Amino acid sequence: MADFLLELLSEEIPARMQAKARADLERLFVAQLNDAGLKAGDITVYSTPRRLALIAKDLPDQTEAVSEEAKGPPEGAPDQAVDGFCRKNGVTRDQLEVHDVKGRATYFAVINRPGRATSDVLAEAIPAIIKAFPWPKSMRWGEASLSTESLRWVRPLSGIVAILGDDLVECEIDGVTSGYETVGHRFHHDGVVTIGNAGDYAEKLRACHVLVDQTEREAIVRDGAAKAASDGGLELVADEGLVIENAGLTEWPVPLLGGFDPAFLDVPEEVIQLTARVNQKYFICRDQSGKLAPNFICTANIDATDGGKAIVAGNEKVLAARLSDAKFFWELDQKTALEDHAKKLSNIVFHEKLGTVADKVERVAKLAEWLVSLEGNGFYQSSPGDTFHGEVSEAARLCKADLVTEMVGEFPDLQGLMGGYYAEKQGKSKAVANAIRDHYKPVGQGDEVPTDPVTVAVSLADKLDTLVGFFAIDEKPTGSKDPFALRRAAIGIIRLILTNGLRERLVDLAGMASAPYAESMIEGLDEDTRQSLLKKQFSEKLYLGFMDFIIDRLKVQQREAGVRHDIIESVTSLDSEDDLVRLLARVNALQAFVETPDGKNLLAGYKRASNILKKENVEQSDTKPLSYTPEKAEKALIDALDAAQPDVTAAIEAEEFEKAMTALANLRAPIDQFFEDVTVNDSDADKREARLALLARFRAAVHQVADFSKIEG
Amino acid sequence: MTLWRAFAKASAKDIALAKKAITLPDPNLSQKPLSFQQIILKLHDYWSDQGCAILQPYDMEMGAGTFHTATTLRALGPDPWNAAFVQPCRRPTDGRYGENPNRLQHYYQYQVILKPSPPDIQQLYLDSLTAIGIDPMLHDIRFVEDDWESPTLGAWGLGWEVWCDGMEVTQFTYFQQMGGFDCKPVAGELTYGLERLAMYIQGVDSIYDLDYNGAGVSYGDIFLDNEKQMSEWNFEIANTETLFDLFNKAVGECENCLEAKLPIPAYEQAIKASHVFNLLQARGVISVQERASYMGRVRDLAKGSCEAYMAKNGWAA
Repeated sequence: MADFLLELLSEEIPARMQAKARADLERLFVAQLNDAGLKAGDITVYSTPRRLALIAKDLPDQTEAVSEEAKGPPEGAPDQAVDGFCRKNGVTRDQLEVHDVKGRATYFAVINRPGRATSDVLAEAIPAIIKAFPWPKSMRWGEASLSTESLRWVRPLSGIVAILGDDLVECEIDGVTSGYETVGHRFHHDGVVTIGNAGDYAEKLRACHVLVDQTEREAIVRDGAAKAASDGGLELVADEGLVIENAGLTEWPVPLLGGFDPAFLDVPEEVIQLTARVNQKYFICRDQSGKLAPNFICTANIDATDGGKAIVAGNEKVLAARLSDAKFFWELDQKTALEDHAKKLSNIVFHEKLGTVADKVERVAKLAEWLVSLEGNGFYQSSPGDTFHGEVSEAARLCKADLVTEMVGEFPDLQGLMGGYYAEKQGKSKAVANAIRDHYKPVGQGDEVPTDPVTVAVSLADKLDTLVGFFAIDEKPTGSKDPFALRRAAIGIIRLILTNGLRERLVDLAGMASAPYAESMIEGLDEDTRQSLLKKQFSEKLYLGFMDFIIDRLKVQQREAGVRHDIIESVTSLDSEDDLVRLLARVNALQAFVETPDGKNLLAGYKRASNILKKENVEQSDTKPLSYTPEKAEKALIDALDAAQPDVTAAIEAEEFEKAMTALANLRAPIDQFFEDVTVNDSDADKREARLALLARFRAAVHQVADFSKIEG
Repeated sequence: MTLWRAFAKASAKDIALAKKAITLPDPNLSQKPLSFQQIILKLHDYWSDQGCAILQPYDMEMGAGTFHTATTLRALGPDPWNAAFVQPCRRPTDGRYGENPNRLQHYYQYQVILKPSPPDIQQLYLDSLTAIGIDPMLHDIRFVEDDWESPTLGAWGLGWEVWCDGMEVTQFTYFQQMGGFDCKPVAGELTYGLERLAMYIQGVDSIYDLDYNGAGVSYGDIFLDNEKQMSEWNFEIANTETLFDLFNKAVGECENCLEAKLPIPAYEQAIKASHVFNLLQARGVISVQERASYMGRVRDLAKGSCEAYMAKNGWAA
């Protein structure tokens, strides 16, 4: 048994690639061991900017010897066949054994594969791992790159350390040979570091200012940054992404506290944070009162001779220049009214078939205005009678204006947010500023859902316009491809409607959203689509596709809340229920019901009835006066249906879905008793027909609530 | 031990020697930071010692040193090539009328191209920083991922931006493709931002305050008026009809040269078209939709020139 060390030394590996590279190194190494029939004890992988390393404990000295038998032709087969078999297995004829196979004497070749030295296996495995390494981007370099077939690595590969026990595993790839030597810290250590074995690797490097274990460096960045902040009387804004990135950029991390001119704090906090984090990889801090402090923490890669003073001074200067750029943008952007910024949107193409962003904004504004003009749709909840028309109209027309500002040009992530700030500065109402800021929300499932009516109208209109537009030009997501983020838009629509209890049918929303597309000249729209859009409604085909897409997203979105997809299916499949609020209320009531004993039994009764009807090809019920005296259980079912049907209808009409379930539950005992006592398939044709009709009536009663055949279990 | 290792060893020794030479007491270095022109001279000395041909700037307007034929065209083909030069760069849209302390529409890049990229190229580069007065034990020097791509030149490479105390001072690229052709062999390109580096070394907050010659002339004395007038011309005055005309003429002339199988003059016309396009952008007369098509035309010219250059030299793709 011996421990194995592999280090692949290179020029700086991008920080973002290191975690995956470690996992890939381990995976490829284990695969190579498996192929050779070797198994290691613990495997540890490390990365720094300049090296990838792996330590495998307790590798056996050699692979197991294997003896295999290969079955050949029967005895007496032509010489040609026997010789061919020998050649194939590398044995001579006199080495063949003869065994009995089902009464037939057959040749067998016994192939003994002796154990191989583990070091030999590793010497082959290392170049194989290097060649197969799946870097997201790789390159060629140096003299060897005269050929495009030369070795590729993420950056030039400069050395290999490969030691099994205390012995070198000799290997070579494209001129890079294995050795005991590596390098220490780029500036703290001159010359080579000679490694003895896996056991002294980390410590030898530590002595040369390299902490090879990324978790140790991460801890130093995390704790050191927190300490640097608290030493300055501040609190660090924790950011694990930055911890990992800084650990991936350093071999000897040293967090240092710096500051900037408090005058920059006029600039919105989010801008300062992004400037510091994205451009400079700095942490930011808050003061005791929770306000952003004019300080930052950078992570140096050296223990500087002056304790880091020059480094801090340099970084302060860089951040100051960045912040003065940001402040310049912040002030410059405010010199132009959002209304004037918005005019430039006509230069930005939204999609070649869907016009410019200015076109989109106009569509969104009209749709949002229409949304708040509807009565009883939830926009009226906060103050009856107020239609928000003016604010919605203004917010919608300004909501994309910040896309052409300098600040959003520099930091695209700040879209919406900057518009909100600029609107506030321009003296717009709070509702308008909020709507501009938050109209992209909710971004996906976890994001907060707006409830301010003006924001809701603009946000919903924006997403509807996007979804309907891309459906109209047939740019639907396929598989994992969703370049226009339509799934996210659909989830946004669903969450806005449900959270705000908006009572509008999807068919109306889609129809209204699609109208302007038909009016504007959209290239690439086929004439049928255009005509159907011109009638101010989605064509049926388009609408069904749109509807399916929304319902699919609803199923995904509701899964987390424990709502069963089969229940959603059962409610949407019969009538085209497309008022999402009502749909979900029905679904919830139904799910609660089918999980009760009454519900389960009714479902069983329904399935039995449904199966009989299917077998007999009964489509619908024609209730005729009975020509005979019904049996007791038959009469009881008729009476129960007479009583329940109007109750179910009334309850559904009133959207009292639990009441509808209770009414349905009253059918459970009679249907059970009916199947218990009554023969449907009676020899009397009249009776048989009447009883099938009764079952069909029962099925129809249940279908008033949902298509129970879609419910599982 | 292979040849390569032996070479790396030898070069480490050379580096140690070079370091010793650099740390010899230099009264000018310890007392006063280098002036702008001294930085250039030191870099010239340093790279000249590494065997580079020290070239003079290309006499045409261009957006980056990479456009210099010594970089673009020489990156093609198998011949070794080591050169260093200063290249004035013009980026009309970056003009700020001399009012922004960090931005200019005309500035200088120091370019080094080493082909094939030597194994100790990073160390060579770091030693060049030491040569201009940056102590790596006092300052935090880092190689931060930054891949380079020039759609206009049909070129890309992998590398880093080099940070000194958080400031990007150099772009470091291993060219993988140029003009759509694989680089065989790969060249290493170093692009120093001279003004930034000088601001850093001199500790000034405005480009215009840079000490240009160590004898009383500032960067602002030389370039402030230039920035003001050129910004005004770039953004407000330049006759756009003339520019469109110039663009089309450059395109036509490039095609003319390509027909005559003259890649170098063809490439010059591509550079010209590219700069005129940048001016049109600054004048704000190219819409977003048109932008891509103009860039595509320039790319076709540059790629065509590279293709002709390969053909003229008899190199296979």
